[in-house]
Amino acid sequence: MNWIFGDNLNTDLITPGRLNISTVPEELAKVVFLEYCPSFSKEVKPEDFVVAGRNFGCGSSRETAVLALKACQIKAVLAKSFARIFYRNCINNGLLAIITDTSNIEKDDELELDLEKRVLLNKTKGIHLQLVLPGLMLESYRAGGIIPLIKQHGLDFLTRLTE
Amino acid sequence: MEGRKDQTLAEKIFSMHCGRDVYAGDVVLADLDLVFAHDTTCAWLLEPFYQLTDRVWNKHKVFIFFDHAFPAPNLQIAQFHARIRRFANEQDIPIICEGVCHQVLIEKLIMPGQLILGADSHTPTGGALGALTIGAGSTDVAIGMATGKCWFIVPETIRIEITGKLKPGVFVKDIGLLIAKTIGPEGADYKVVEFTGDAVKNFSVFERATLTNMSSEMGAKAAIVEFDQQVCEYLKARRDNFVETDLTEQLKSDLNARYHKILSFDISTLEPLVAQPHEIDNVIEVKKLEPEKIKVDQVFLGSCTNARIDDLEVAFNVFKKVKRINKSTRLIITPASREVYLEAERRGYLKFFTELGATVTNPGCGACLGRHLGILYDEEVCVSTSNRNFMGRMGSPRARIYLASPATAAASAVTGFLTDPREFL
Repeated sequence: MNWIFGDNLNTDLITPGRLNISTVPEELAKVVFLEYCPSFSKEVKPEDFVVAGRNFGCGSSRETAVLALKACQIKAVLAKSFARIFYRNCINNGLLAIITDTSNIEKDDELELDLEKRVLLNKTKGIHLQLVLPGLMLESYRAGGIIPLIKQHGLDFLTRLTE
Repeated sequence: MEGRKDQTLAEKIFSMHCGRDVYAGDVVLADLDLVFAHDTTCAWLLEPFYQLTDRVWNKHKVFIFFDHAFPAPNLQIAQFHARIRRFANEQDIPIICEGVCHQVLIEKLIMPGQLILGADSHTPTGGALGALTIGAGSTDVAIGMATGKCWFIVPETIRIEITGKLKPGVFVKDIGLLIAKTIGPEGADYKVVEFTGDAVKNFSVFERATLTNMSSEMGAKAAIVEFDQQVCEYLKARRDNFVETDLTEQLKSDLNARYHKILSFDISTLEPLVAQPHEIDNVIEVKKLEPEKIKVDQVFLGSCTNARIDDLEVAFNVFKKVKRINKSTRLIITPASREVYLEAERRGYLKFFTELGATVTNPGCGACLGRHLGILYDEEVCVSTSNRNFMGRMGSPRARIYLASPATAAASAVTGFLTDPREFL
């Protein structure tokens, strides 16, 4: 299913600052959206999508927001735009953050992601959506994060993927 | 061959750190002058760091601050601190426990023209000294600590020209709130904000730091004010290694530099403003809210936005005539740094505030992020001089945070209601 959120959803709502004192992703997954959307951490299933409006992940630089969502094994975060640090944190941790027009996606729509063609198919509504998905995001996702990518190819590789 | 095109200040600083002339949109691997993290974000960078290396790239250029919750208020945070101390000892790098990282960096470390990476979203604050100070997550900072480098897309610049003179009772914080109201929480996303104009030239380094700090709330990658005599005088008094050379030509945007956009604000008619719960751009004039008699349970004078000596002076000036605070309002004062604390002590402010009934805490982030020193309960209202009024930021998600200048915060502590400060100044 798709978890639908609005604009400017900040990192304090994703993992509240006073509850995210852990480096264990599974612990962080227990507090994700704890107050803003209490059912999320209990009901989220692997391969679910988080779907949001503009400026998703604004606020703090805390990487827990990304680590917690990743630990929930969601497929991707889809949003109209992302806050800068959150987006980099997604790249770095191999969580797919994809920019697309999320206006008409609803909770029960069946979505299918084609990473090669960079297209999202909304099977329920029969709509194809174009995705903004840089090479660096995709490669890091496939490698399981930026650190394995750096260890394999070196730092210079990152700038080539971004260009 | 074509010569160098005119550049923004940000493009110049990036060029200085990657050995070629670069412009907005270029992807670069840049050399960093300084890398820092704090008592939360440093814990999260240990794992990626040790995956890359076992030594920091330069132990003189890596700094850790304990500010977000220091001394440790609970076991979890004590464990974070202990792990970070072990890392710092092993790497032979300092842990600085003298207040909010961004303030201490301005007081002691940042030099104009530097490129700095910090594991905190309010890192743009340091741009008040004419440096490019960029916030990032823990993994990017781990890579920075390991290699001295970070990849960037050279950002476009939004130039904000501020002209005119503030009326009495109106402060730089109110300008920050005006800009937030105008451009919104993603109005500067991925951009550098360059503050300029006659008003900014007259602002002190600390006033400039309030502006650069608040640009984070609009998504800015960095914020900067060009190097000038103000910065020069500030650094001469504080840095043994500061050599007074003429950086003014080097550290400013060229005449024909290209900007993403240019915005102008005349502040002459500005009124005291407040950001209402729970968004930075939910901004209204304080006097328009006064009739609602919003009862204030807690006033927090602290944070990297507004807890410098000038801010404590403004609060002192509000209190000195009336010599009281409302008995059902808690006033918490958290100086930004040890230097601010000691200067406030020297001027007699700390004794004065304490005798009024305020709680003066040790320097640091204090109540701003809801971990210690003044957590809010359900339905409580706080007027805070900080920069975030997100739901749940300072404690209960049912608490309500209003962001305002130190003057408005102090006036509200006197009356117990959200109050325009001008009747007290």
